[in-house]
Amino acid sequence: MKAIEFRAVDFSYDNGGFAIKKLNFSVEEGEFVAVLGHNGSGKSTLARLCNGLLEADGGEIEIFSMPVSEKKNLYEIRKNVGIVFQNPDNQTVASIVEDDIAFGAENIGLSREEIGERISFALKAVGMEEFRHSTCTRLSGGQKQRIAIAGVLAIRPKIMILDESTAMLDPRGRKEVMDVVTRLNKEEGITVLLITHFMEEALRADRAVVMNRGEIVMQGTPQSIFARHEELETYNLSLPRIGYICNRLRDGGIPVHDTLDEEQLAEEIAQCVLRQSI
Amino acid sequence: MRITAEHLNFTYNPSSPFASKALKDVSLTIEEGEFFGIIGHTGSGKSTFVQHLNGLLRVPTSLKKYKAKKPKKGEILPPKTVLTVGEFDLTDKKTDFRALRKHVGMVFQYPEYQLFAETVEADVAFGLKNFSEKKLSDDEVKDAVKQALEIVGLDYEAMKDASPFDLSGGQKRRVAIAGVIVTRPEVLVLDEPAAGLDPLGKKEIMQLLHKLHKEWCQTVVIVSHDMDEISENCTKAAVFSEGEVKFVMPPSELFRHADELFSLGLDIPRTAKICRALEQRGVTLECDFTTEDLIRKALALKG
Amino acid sequence: MLKDVSFGQYYPVDSFVHRMDPRLKLVFLIAYIVAIFLAKNFYGLGACLLVLVLAVAFSRVPVRKVLRSMKGILFLVVFTAVINLFFYRGEEILFSWKFITISKEGIIFSIFLVLRLFLLVMCSSLLTYTTTPVALTDGLESLLTPLKWIKFPVHELALIMSIALRFIPILMDETERIMNAQKARGANFESGGLIKRAKAIIPVLIPLLLSAFRRAEELGDAMDARCYMGSKNRTKYKKLKFGWRDLIGFLLVAALITGVVLLRVYLGATI
Repeated sequence: MKAIEFRAVDFSYDNGGFAIKKLNFSVEEGEFVAVLGHNGSGKSTLARLCNGLLEADGGEIEIFSMPVSEKKNLYEIRKNVGIVFQNPDNQTVASIVEDDIAFGAENIGLSREEIGERISFALKAVGMEEFRHSTCTRLSGGQKQRIAIAGVLAIRPKIMILDESTAMLDPRGRKEVMDVVTRLNKEEGITVLLITHFMEEALRADRAVVMNRGEIVMQGTPQSIFARHEELETYNLSLPRIGYICNRLRDGGIPVHDTLDEEQLAEEIAQCVLRQSI
Repeated sequence: MRITAEHLNFTYNPSSPFASKALKDVSLTIEEGEFFGIIGHTGSGKSTFVQHLNGLLRVPTSLKKYKAKKPKKGEILPPKTVLTVGEFDLTDKKTDFRALRKHVGMVFQYPEYQLFAETVEADVAFGLKNFSEKKLSDDEVKDAVKQALEIVGLDYEAMKDASPFDLSGGQKRRVAIAGVIVTRPEVLVLDEPAAGLDPLGKKEIMQLLHKLHKEWCQTVVIVSHDMDEISENCTKAAVFSEGEVKFVMPPSELFRHADELFSLGLDIPRTAKICRALEQRGVTLECDFTTEDLIRKALALKG
Repeated sequence: MLKDVSFGQYYPVDSFVHRMDPRLKLVFLIAYIVAIFLAKNFYGLGACLLVLVLAVAFSRVPVRKVLRSMKGILFLVVFTAVINLFFYRGEEILFSWKFITISKEGIIFSIFLVLRLFLLVMCSSLLTYTTTPVALTDGLESLLTPLKWIKFPVHELALIMSIALRFIPILMDETERIMNAQKARGANFESGGLIKRAKAIIPVLIPLLLSAFRRAEELGDAMDARCYMGSKNRTKYKKLKFGWRDLIGFLLVAALITGVVLLRVYLGATI
């Protein structure tokens, strides 16, 4: 079943210029899709269109076959589509962790016992059980984002969208968040739409989509996208450094395959060098 | 200007239930001309340290209200704190800290959020006017602003009358940097200059810093937790952890201490990871951990 | 690092008083203030003081800290005491000079007044020392619930208050950061006349306002995305619950009021 489907969607901001142009795009249930693009490529607009925070000017958007344009669906759609935003400080409502996670669950009118269970479930899913009674401001950036994920999880959405949720984090926080998201996708079967400009993160996805000027310009497995490095560069996206190294080595005569794994690259270099010295 | 710190300590909210020691006996020298990297997690003390460099945070002895306590008999005094930036003695009450700030430019994280003026020109001129002793003529202001905008890669004529709030993210950050370097500081300190930018934006900002280092400010200090950024750009780096300085050395040496860095919860650059993996396979690749050097040395091995 | 200082004066320890229900603490505070005003002799005030001492002892907040809250109103206390001392018209005049007369009643009355003010400030600050702002908002919301019948938006008000409380430390932090950034660009907030200082605030105020708006917008989106539709059909996770501590508190306050009234009836009013 299609979790998200965009059919010929147009969207432009008031100050002119298309943010999204005749976009056709879909995500299967349980899939992990990464959307790549430089700042201003329209990738964040995509997230807000999915749950009706923004309204499309044309075309049709459906979430589990429910059209987003129909107002009566909005509540049901928002229950199914959780979004984690960029700034960890601007999406927590309450000062104490459990109160914040409760917010969404309270909004959909669950009973106290259910909310309590959902808080426990959500905290466990993001690995932060021991912070239940902590103050949000005292947490690290990565921890705050995990709490934001937990806050979304408490509503038990089927789709989770991460709208550059790691952009403001340090590498450690980024890894924390990405580990949680990957696990949610694999173990809980949650459909993930990861919007990012970190190429390394896209590697965890089943499929990567590159956006430029409101259009999808490349699509495929992350590996196949990274193999087309020259094309990537025309969209102001640069290859992860290791990809660049692979290319240069190959040009210089060390026959290495495209990889983003240091171990594998080292193995291939070692084989080539050692073979030669025998 | 050479920066020297010896036995530097700092505690936030002393004598309160929230007291937290942010710097513990920090000793560190940054030579003139260095492109210096400061590495550490949030809360490692790196930001506390750099805020000392232009007197935003002060050594207690430099505060007006500071009164030296007479040592008790037999009491062993802690080693004397030294903190100097060029000629400025930052432990001294008599130091003119505003004059210091003119020489040590500081670009904070997400500097675009400090823009406030109606036009780009007015915003960039803000620091210039604040620091000059005499009133500057319009031409002098215009000249300085023009040069500052041009070195950060913005067109003066096209930009000067624009509202800083109408610019793109990357442009805003450049305007903010221009607003700091317009006074021609000898030392430029930047806290996470590339944070939140996309890969291209990151690359451009780092190129800009090298340009500034070459043509404008003798010493550049960047705070970063991106190890690739440190290994590619810095001549020397210091690692902060829990308020202490753990290492001060060039990246080419630093990233050989992979296990120690891992145990501090820090990472090593991609290049160092490749070298490490090669070593485990019996291939030694002596490189300084910049991408170009790695490629060169690897190709040389092949012959 | 302003954010490391809790907003308000909440003193973060775990104690008997900290664990009491915030609604009841509010009610107790009101009852206690009533008791202070019912007391018309020193025995009554003595009883109030005893209860306060007990409460402070069980709150584990250092006495020094609680006493410090008097600092702010010290001037007011001294001022009212002096005024009453000099101008109270008593019968037993001890000293008289021009328009100033000091009478025995005046002295007693002044002491009484100072004691009253002291107790008032102590008990209210003890509440803020032992109750987080969030708990106070929750308590207030719950106490105001009857107002919902007259369509007063109690829930929305409480939500606004709690969000404001949550963002205060963040905005304080941000203010500091922006001030530092402008100081690094030579801004001077410490010296100069009133107009100069007011002008110096602009480079801080504008970025701060912009950031507050940006945050508000983002928070609004995040709340919408988390299915917020107003108070309709909304449930509440935290129900405040009365416990044995509250019962003890209740008995103590009830005893205090009875005691104060009895002391007044049997020992007469001093003032």
